[in-house]
Amino acid sequence: MTAVTASPRTAARETGRPELPPRSRRSRSRTVKTTIVAIIAYLVAIVFVLPYAEMFIVAGRTPAELLDQNLLPKSFTFSNFASIWATGFGGNLQTSLLVAGGATVLVFLVALPAAYYSARRRFRGRTLFLLLVLATQMFQPAAMLVGLQREFIDLGLPTIVSLILINAGFNLAFSVWILNAFFSSIPVELEEAAMVDGLSRFGALMRITIPLAMPGIVTALIFTFISAWNEFLVALTLSLASDPDQRPLTVAINGYIGQYSVDWGHLFAGSLIATVPVIILFALIEGRVVSGLTAGAIK
Amino acid sequence: MKSLRQTAAPVLWVGPAVALIAVVVLWPVVVMLESSIQHIGGEGFVAGYNGVANYLKLFAEPAFLGVLGRTVLWTVGVVAVTMLLSLGLAQLFDQAFPLRRVARWALILPWACSVMMTALIFRWMLDPHSGAINVVLHDLGLLDRFDSPEASWLGNPATAFVWMMVVAVFVSLPFSTYALLAGLQSIPGDIYEAAALDGANGWRRYATITLPLLRPAILVATLINVINVFNSFPIIWEMTGGGPGYATSTTTTFMVALKQGDVGESAAMSVINFALVIVIVLIYLRVTRWKEQVD
Repeated sequence: MTAVTASPRTAARETGRPELPPRSRRSRSRTVKTTIVAIIAYLVAIVFVLPYAEMFIVAGRTPAELLDQNLLPKSFTFSNFASIWATGFGGNLQTSLLVAGGATVLVFLVALPAAYYSARRRFRGRTLFLLLVLATQMFQPAAMLVGLQREFIDLGLPTIVSLILINAGFNLAFSVWILNAFFSSIPVELEEAAMVDGLSRFGALMRITIPLAMPGIVTALIFTFISAWNEFLVALTLSLASDPDQRPLTVAINGYIGQYSVDWGHLFAGSLIATVPVIILFALIEGRVVSGLTAGAIK
Repeated sequence: MKSLRQTAAPVLWVGPAVALIAVVVLWPVVVMLESSIQHIGGEGFVAGYNGVANYLKLFAEPAFLGVLGRTVLWTVGVVAVTMLLSLGLAQLFDQAFPLRRVARWALILPWACSVMMTALIFRWMLDPHSGAINVVLHDLGLLDRFDSPEASWLGNPATAFVWMMVVAVFVSLPFSTYALLAGLQSIPGDIYEAAALDGANGWRRYATITLPLLRPAILVATLINVINVFNSFPIIWEMTGGGPGYATSTTTTFMVALKQGDVGESAAMSVINFALVIVIVLIYLRVTRWKEQVD
């Protein structure tokens, strides 16, 4: 397995391009080209932002202006962001934190040793284990929902525990792959040198290997957290019997859709509260997610 | 003692991961297979095995063939459009321009945000009375009246399905574009240098160098998209609920809808979905040449 480098990829790329001799006509045509590229890219970026900007606008509309046929309301209010807490949203936020946080901790505890050991040792069953991980990465809860529902109802665990287990299980593969790649890229000689200097094997792991693999670990943990935080179908299926205040965020937000009317203001205020932290977390890892999702097939 | 340690060590390091996968990912498949040949009552009460009766009931559903056809259209259409657009977007965002990083952050929004929330904002924007898309169309003179059948995009199965495919493409673009960007960045710059010396122009260079070298990235991104789009639930569920009737359902939302009435029949639908997933996984394993990566 080749190394996943955490170095800035763009820098290497840009210096790899042939530099053309500086001639004024050519450089002017390049400026024009860059301007056109930038304008198109900004337009694309705006298209991607617009739906989420609209979320903010709807959440800020007063009830009187909610159904007005205009793009921007005359007044803007933050009252939906304040009054949503009276609908039990705090409890939903807490549940999602527990589920996503619990799944993240569990994935960390389970994936880290497995990834480290399979990167360092050629044990019997290693190939089978990696095949299992790679194959199950493509499995999603939606394809086996009935089985999940029946199994976890029979197990009779508290809903939060079931959701932690399921989210951890389905996100494990991503973490094992990305961590395996990071550990493989760290020369074993570094650990051996540290052990010559008197560290134990465990000490070498903690002081040398784990710090070097930190970008991979952070990526794995953030990705697991976000997936569990955003998960909807299993949460919807397993938390039907829960107290409305104890359901995860996505289910609570879905709950603002009533049989006869939809509480759009709270729905989008809640969506934004749920989404903003996740977008910030995702921006931290965006450059490294692809290599984990494609099992290293695309680096 | 050494041999005991040798056998015990892998179990200690790797065992928990295997156990978690076994309990959460593999065992539900067994339960699902079993449920598909059981007669299961309304409260989840099992009234014994009934062979292939659930499957026969599923195949006899009047909506079944339509659902299958729509699933093919949904998966193939969304993935094809996503990949074509992603090729363009990746090329665009691979160019150097000021504030490129910020523009790329905008691109990840639908990836980071829960798909159900993105689906709901589109449902709102398509509202026949005051949805933003209808407001814009009305301002442009393309829509005569609000609250008319023409404004009710989600009320008509055909237009609803097209719009849901648009949303599915929208949420699939970030991953695909990033995957292709990573693929583009793995192409060494000196290849282009050589091509420039040979006098190859932009399009020729793209067709003869970039596309062939992007092939692995395109294949892997396509397969992952196929899995994601095929299994997609929130978009259809939040925008039309699969209705009216089952007129905008795919096999995934159909399976969830069947679960309300007959768990055994829903399990039969799941088994068929899962069989398709297995086929895609086998292709994926071939394409990623997993053995070479593992060694």
